[in-house]
Amino acid sequence: MSFLVSRIATLAITAAILFYAVPPLIGAQAWVALAILAAAAGGVAYLYLTPKHIAAKYLVPGTIFLIIFQVLPILYTFTVAFTNLGDGHRGSKQEAIAAIERESLVEIPDAPDYALTVALADDKVVFLLVDQDTKAVQVGTVEGLSKLDGAEVGVTGKVLSAPGYEIIQASERDADVQALVVPTPRGAIKSSGLSRAIELEAKRKYDAQCDCVVEGGKSWNADDARGYFVDSDGNNLIQGWKVNVGWANFTRTFSDPNISGHFLGVLIWNLVFALSSVALTFALGMAVALALHSPRMRGTRIYRTILILPYAMPSFAMLLVWRDMFNRDFGLLNRVLGTDLDWLGTPTGARLGLLMVNLWLGFPYMFLVATGALQAIPRELTEASGMDGASPWQSFRRVTLPLLLIALTPLLIASFAFNFNNFNLVRFVTNGGPYAVDNSLVGKTDLLITYTYRLAFEGGQGQLGFAAAISTFIFAIVATISTIAFRRTRAQEEVYS
Amino acid sequence: MRTFKAVWWRHAILLLVVVFALVPIAFVVSAALNPLGTLNTAEIYPTGASLNNFKNLFSDPSHSFGLWFVNSIFIALAASFASVFLSVCAAYSFSRMRFKGRRVGLLSLLLIQMFPQFLAVVAIFVVFTEVNELYPTFGFDSIWGLLLLYLGGALGVNTYLMKGFLDTVPRELDESATVDGASHAQIFWRIILPLVAPVLAVTAMLSFITTINEFLIANIFLREDDAKTLALGMFGLLGPDSRNANFGIFAAGTLLTAIPTVSVFLWLQRYIVSGLTMGAVKG
Repeated sequence: MSFLVSRIATLAITAAILFYAVPPLIGAQAWVALAILAAAAGGVAYLYLTPKHIAAKYLVPGTIFLIIFQVLPILYTFTVAFTNLGDGHRGSKQEAIAAIERESLVEIPDAPDYALTVALADDKVVFLLVDQDTKAVQVGTVEGLSKLDGAEVGVTGKVLSAPGYEIIQASERDADVQALVVPTPRGAIKSSGLSRAIELEAKRKYDAQCDCVVEGGKSWNADDARGYFVDSDGNNLIQGWKVNVGWANFTRTFSDPNISGHFLGVLIWNLVFALSSVALTFALGMAVALALHSPRMRGTRIYRTILILPYAMPSFAMLLVWRDMFNRDFGLLNRVLGTDLDWLGTPTGARLGLLMVNLWLGFPYMFLVATGALQAIPRELTEASGMDGASPWQSFRRVTLPLLLIALTPLLIASFAFNFNNFNLVRFVTNGGPYAVDNSLVGKTDLLITYTYRLAFEGGQGQLGFAAAISTFIFAIVATISTIAFRRTRAQEEVYS
Repeated sequence: MRTFKAVWWRHAILLLVVVFALVPIAFVVSAALNPLGTLNTAEIYPTGASLNNFKNLFSDPSHSFGLWFVNSIFIALAASFASVFLSVCAAYSFSRMRFKGRRVGLLSLLLIQMFPQFLAVVAIFVVFTEVNELYPTFGFDSIWGLLLLYLGGALGVNTYLMKGFLDTVPRELDESATVDGASHAQIFWRIILPLVAPVLAVTAMLSFITTINEFLIANIFLREDDAKTLALGMFGLLGPDSRNANFGIFAAGTLLTAIPTVSVFLWLQRYIVSGLTMGAVKG
């Protein structure tokens, strides 16, 4: 019975999703997407109708989301790392040429002056153009100009009526009117104000013969390796296109002295930061858990509730609160201590400050998991070592700590990976600062991820390809360290069990 | 007396840590109650008490705290429920079934989480520009689209935690149920799920906290003021010009944001310790 119900439910949900998703795809004529959707729906229907593949039935729902929103973006990032995608290199070569020509449009001095009337044909905006000298009427569309007969023209040159067209006010479809470009043999006609249109000409033109852009006597040759049009002096036009650059983004990390010098420094601080964060939070969390772990302790519940509060407070807000407590002019620390210190203004101060904030945020989690793991260690073990004459310190060092470490290593590794990329902490508290006077790109507390973020999204840089390459490095580093750590735990586990 | 002698050092350590834990929180409480409501008048102890900051938080038309709050709670609850469900399904399969690619699958789950997600925003932007055209309900500025995105991270460390916990549930239970004629679905719903309630509670809470604090992706995704989450909205409150002036309002908002998390925590406290234990030990 339940077999049948669950089958029907699955099919109903799949059908409902298809019912919702298919019509817009057909409307947009996205046949590839439609085919993928159909294949996926077919696969899901088959999976849940057959009694086989039980494991897959439980794995598929989460995996679908994982693939769409995590695996595909990661693969996309990998491919971007081999291109020069970024500001000035967004689209294809055709798009770059079109943009260059569009941006060099200037009014042709001896071109006819047109009176503009905006009209609709099949709900598309078109221009009805009246030549002010000859009074000839033409229709301008995205395809080009054509003659129009039978139009009634008013004294100002406005078209009053025309067969097959509905005259409208230009202001009704303002955006469409401004966007419409009517191609002409010499260039293009665009609107200029609400009742006038002018003919423009591209000063820079693409010449397919030499694969170059020409303006007057000057020319810029296409450099397909860099994705730019370059003149004989090596200067390039701003607008470029996306090309594959091979391993250039990766080698640049080491070969460009502006970057390799910082990269190593940032990497070392990043490793120190992640390791110290894990070590400090674990040490404090474990100390608290050990202190509470005694049958004779009173008030454990109230201690536990208070100690967990930093973890339960919204961390994004508390990061900003910490930042403002450190503030030199208004901050709590300077007022309470009566000092005038620029806490986050020196490299050492900022680094220690970050570690302290991270300790505050992170120790409750470690306290929780250490408490859990401590309770799972049989008391007989520590008691037995006590009877054998071990001091409390020895029995902690030799018995409790190793057992704790084995139990908690997966979580410690996860914590390392999280802190290695702890974007929010650095971004909100120091924003990478303090910065050296001569270098606004890398700060003393920058992690690789905040540095990459700045490269990719800020300061007019927009070097997405390069940022993707650094991301790939980050991934390789974290994954390697984690895998080694996992291997070692597994080996240890076999020794102890 | 003897008892106290034996444990006094424990209390000493704990009290020190309690002070460390409470100082910033006390500062937030006092700043929220501070009638002047600026950063440079806030002290660690309240110098006066008024609820003005709370009132301003809701009445000031330039920001819609109420909406942000509702958005955040909704999205955090929905994301944590859905992701706990997706992840317990996967954990069940990893723990109870043997299939090709099981070990590789488990390892890849961990490794995928280690990729810095934020660059994915470029890809996400490309994808959702299309989605926006086709299905506006799930496009930018929509909570539903953001929810889908968050579900991409449902399988991950949490699956590991749950798998460890499921491994501690004796297999004999399933086997005897199978002998009695139960299907795998019945075993999952009727036997496994009730037994692993503690770890479900833990992962739900962890995921609730992560979601409510998420900033990066939400920042790209939600652009209209009314669609924002608390993390985005409150970040905007402390903009460059209003950092000093709005601090009291900000502190009041922080306290209100903490209420749901703290209550969930107190409610689930019993489960949380045992849930993390089992998962961690067998992880």
